[in-house]
Amino acid sequence: MATATQPIASTAPKLGWFSSLPSATRRTITGYLFIMPFVLGFLFWFLAPALVAVWLTFTDWNLIRAPRYVGFDNILRLGTDNLFWQSLKVTILYTLASVPLGLVLALLLALLINTKVRGIAFFRTIYYLPSIVPAVASAVLWAWIFNTEFGLLNAILRYFGIARIPWLQDPDYALWALIMMSLWGLGGSMIIYLAGLQGIPDVYYEAAEIDGAGRLRQFWNITLPLLSPVIFFNLIMSIIGTFQVFTAGFLITNGGPQNATLFYVLYLYRNAFEYLSMGYAAALAWVLFLIILVLTLLIFRYVGGMVHYEDNA
Amino acid sequence: MNSVGPISQPPAARLAHETGLGRFASHMRRGEFWWRVMIWALLLAGSVVMIMPFLWLLTSSFKPEMDIFLFPPKWIPDPWRPQNYSDALTYKPFDIYIKNTLIIVVLNMVAVIVTSSMSAYGFARIKFWGRDFWFVLVLSTMMVPYFVLMVPQFVIFSRLGWIDTFKPLVIPIFFGGGAFNIFLLRQFFRTLPEELADAARIDGCSEFRIYWNIMLPLAKPALAAVAIFTFLNGWNDFIGPLLYLNSPEKFTVAIGLATFRSVMRTRYDLLMAASAAMILPIVVLFFFAQRYFIQGVVLSGLKG
Repeated sequence: MATATQPIASTAPKLGWFSSLPSATRRTITGYLFIMPFVLGFLFWFLAPALVAVWLTFTDWNLIRAPRYVGFDNILRLGTDNLFWQSLKVTILYTLASVPLGLVLALLLALLINTKVRGIAFFRTIYYLPSIVPAVASAVLWAWIFNTEFGLLNAILRYFGIARIPWLQDPDYALWALIMMSLWGLGGSMIIYLAGLQGIPDVYYEAAEIDGAGRLRQFWNITLPLLSPVIFFNLIMSIIGTFQVFTAGFLITNGGPQNATLFYVLYLYRNAFEYLSMGYAAALAWVLFLIILVLTLLIFRYVGGMVHYEDNA
Repeated sequence: MNSVGPISQPPAARLAHETGLGRFASHMRRGEFWWRVMIWALLLAGSVVMIMPFLWLLTSSFKPEMDIFLFPPKWIPDPWRPQNYSDALTYKPFDIYIKNTLIIVVLNMVAVIVTSSMSAYGFARIKFWGRDFWFVLVLSTMMVPYFVLMVPQFVIFSRLGWIDTFKPLVIPIFFGGGAFNIFLLRQFFRTLPEELADAARIDGCSEFRIYWNIMLPLAKPALAAVAIFTFLNGWNDFIGPLLYLNSPEKFTVAIGLATFRSVMRTRYDLLMAASAAMILPIVVLFFFAQRYFIQGVVLSGLKG
């Protein structure tokens, strides 16, 4: 590398003092100039807020009065705050249901749209489109679909002789309604699976075919292992995503009925911007960060070992 | 979702096989025909489920108000009321909301194209002291959820006097344009041949000119993907404008639609028209820029 860049020193005299520096130093200066936007952004909008968050965690502040130091009060309050535990329960339940369902269904859809049948481009579009619909528009639409009196879902159920279900008014159904709604948007993971499937070379299947391996064996022994890094990627991204579900709970149910859809980040938002307890909201944010960190590490530790990485030799 | 639910393992396995079967398609085995029929039936059933909410939205948006409250519902509006759209978009000043959203989104796109690509180029093509450390930071910021830093960021922006302006939604993007975009563009820059840059270096070209005049034009497909995703995020963003914009004349389309809902709890006809109008640009964008969407997904590092 050092020899490759040598000519610059001799052929670029117009750079003056800069060209008299050793090439490694020059490269370092140039490199930092290029990544300067990120470095500054990291300091201003990431590190500084993180420090502010540490400070906030130990204060009682409503944005108006002067902040007051309260020690560990905000953290201790978590233990006795029923709504905190409720929001955690709701979010974990939502994650446990929608992540596995979403991963499996998205994979099945990806397998389906990876076939070479007539009109496949049309099907791919149809499956993908819902995932890019704006969250607000999708919330408005699904609130209407779930409408007890006049909604589409109850109209379809009526066709099967099932009585009206108060999807958004019954605490036993509301969360399931939102899980159902989330599945409509699984096209994002589906497309990632599809890209993964298309990266598997045909020769593996051809070899398996010659060896007489059936469809099921081919799926278990070729598709699944070779797709496992993608499944792993989707798993982590979905979990990070489900812990941040906000718009549906905020616009469709507003956390209700009886806090059945009080998602964690909705509760965080309320504490910060409705109850104006910035300190407690900061404590909630740290807990969210820790949960995601620990979950990610656990998944890497226990699921990561099952991921098959191909030697790209 | 119900119609896709009952699929069990065997069909999936057969489909996987189907994938590999492309080259064998000429000698179709016995039963192959029926597999195709079954796959097609499954595809069709799935797409009915996926498309139904869109159709429901469209039909509701064209119905006269009283027909919306029929049970069981009618699928074909009678009479058609395209006026729902003009009524909805003038009931609230959506022209202003659209203008506001476009200002934010266009600035975001400029920010991402310039500053993400610059940072990405540094990470991809220049070997410098501490590079790996900073790149690990890029990856870690990608994993930190927005909500973790939402409160302190709000505090900082309010101290800067940026509340109720577009600044919190625009200025931070000019600092690298988001870790994901840096990552995506870095992946792309790494695929470009180094010889081009070397040749330019020998000619005495500065690193900045190599980036700006040689590499950036070559990166157009990746920049297009990143720009489109930025547009999508900006157009769809709800929480950002919800936190930072208070005066109605500064609202974006997403906030306009959300507040519209609370104003007219029962005017579902107009609400559906406004929602359909918000989705339409996204659908149009998708149809015109489909390959860049796919490009973005592929670049996002499956072969990192």
